[in-house]
Amino acid sequence: MSILSLRSVSKSFGALKVTDDVSFDLQPGEALGIIGPNGAGKSTLFNLITGNIAPDQGQVFLDGRDVTRTPPMQRVVAGVGRSFQIPQPFGDLTVYENLLVAARFGGGLGGREAGVFCMDILDRTGLGPVAEKKAGGLSLLQRKRLELARAMATRPRVILLDEIAGGLTDGECVELVATIRAIHAEGTAIVWIEHVLHALNSVVERLMVLNFGRMLMIGAPDEVMASAQVREIYLGIEA
Amino acid sequence: MSRSLSPLIALFALAVLYALPAIAPRAMVQDLFGILTLLVLAMNWNLLAGFAGLVSVGQQAFVGIGAYAMFAAIILMGLDPLVGVVIGGIAAAVFAVPMAFFAFRLNGAYFAIGTWVVADIARLAISQWKALGGGTGTSLPKGTAKEMAFVDGIKEMLDVSTAAAADALTYWLMLSLAVAMLVASYIFLRSRMGLGLQAIRDNENAARSVGVDPLKLKAAVFLLTAFATGLCGALAFIQITRVTPDAAFSVIDWTAFVIFITVIGGIGTLPGPIVGVVVFYALQRALADYGTIYLIVLGCLGIAVMLFARRGLWGLFTDRTGIDPLPLRHRPPRVAKPSHSA
Repeated sequence: MSILSLRSVSKSFGALKVTDDVSFDLQPGEALGIIGPNGAGKSTLFNLITGNIAPDQGQVFLDGRDVTRTPPMQRVVAGVGRSFQIPQPFGDLTVYENLLVAARFGGGLGGREAGVFCMDILDRTGLGPVAEKKAGGLSLLQRKRLELARAMATRPRVILLDEIAGGLTDGECVELVATIRAIHAEGTAIVWIEHVLHALNSVVERLMVLNFGRMLMIGAPDEVMASAQVREIYLGIEA
Repeated sequence: MSRSLSPLIALFALAVLYALPAIAPRAMVQDLFGILTLLVLAMNWNLLAGFAGLVSVGQQAFVGIGAYAMFAAIILMGLDPLVGVVIGGIAAAVFAVPMAFFAFRLNGAYFAIGTWVVADIARLAISQWKALGGGTGTSLPKGTAKEMAFVDGIKEMLDVSTAAAADALTYWLMLSLAVAMLVASYIFLRSRMGLGLQAIRDNENAARSVGVDPLKLKAAVFLLTAFATGLCGALAFIQITRVTPDAAFSVIDWTAFVIFITVIGGIGTLPGPIVGVVVFYALQRALADYGTIYLIVLGCLGIAVMLFARRGLWGLFTDRTGIDPLPLRHRPPRVAKPSHSA
């Protein structure tokens, strides 16, 4: 059974159709990349999956269960974790506490177990040394890592990553990709919106192209990238 | 050294406060009762505004409803005033449910105005309650203090008049309420819910994305503080012995001063209200003879603190010294890492 399914999901903001009849299935442990020009409706698609935005039409299923009307908090508990495109740390809390909130609420862990779990994630994401620093004082790379680490602390079975590699140097990007690959290797399903294509294509098994809210194509990254239509729309290359 | 000394100092201060009715003049006990009332209200408002982000200007609704429920329990049902106090707390919490239903649709400044409006509606509604004197209010029946539970015992123990014994009793109860509030706030803020609340304060959207339900947590804080505020209001009016809608629902007495105390002491810090109430009391004493100048000085001080020390005097103190006897921080567990990998 698919872990996440969208069935003909549509959403308009006024006259603008930002998500137009999108359907796809994500298998447990699968990694799916989403690309598309700015304004193609990628982040909106995430908000529809997390429940921050309700669709006008269509359904969202988690483990075959219809969660179209389920509030975001319950979807987190059900296993959907997300990172934000623009990092949104809890600035006055420490890095460790940022994760602890996620582990105790979304992850459903308690007491010492939650603490040990969070420290383990911090070590794996390279945030161990700044665990007791206020999250408000972190650098961009550290904030991006915190987004990933905090999403991991909710113990997701599907993790949604929104342009997590954007704005990083090549070296930083390589480290982050290694961490994401490790998460994927443990069996967590991933849906990843990214403009940094080499990073994305080194992890995902399938690639979806969105354009004006419509799903243009979905398939193996090589095939999708080779498509003339995609090259024209997304990369601006005349076919 | 200061670290090991501070609990001792706190315990000593607490012992002196509890012993006060036995060693201090009655006027001082009454004075401190008023201060403790403001402290309890300030601790509640601090939880609301400083931790849950609910800037309510309608807390006088719960004081008033607590007070009136207590009067109703005594006058209409003939219950003991102390039972009346508990009923006052419950009545305030019950009223908080419909109030939250309306006010929670509003945010920020609108929430503040909304709570104020609801409180005033409550005041006007209570003014129609003829059995409790309508707009002119009513007094506790003669002998209420004398018949109150424990008063006889205290009278004998301290060898004082009935009125002084009743004052001692209400003072002890208010002091205990303040201590209970402090301990309960600390435990609450250190708990899972408290952590979620601090996350919401920093970023509500992100909090939702990690599974925190802001509405649920805020509603819980709103109801719990309504209960404690109602208890406090009922207790305060046992000592005042007379209630009118204007006095019981006074936005100046029960909310404006309380906001001032919390802001100068340190909003969003646990010891802030205690520091604030001490400063407030000192100013009140020092400026008692100057009439309105007192209010002007209070206002200026409040503005200065808001501009230059946003976390109040206590925030300033902890920033400078690093001393924080009631830390809310969660520390990572010390994990004994195996030196070899399996």
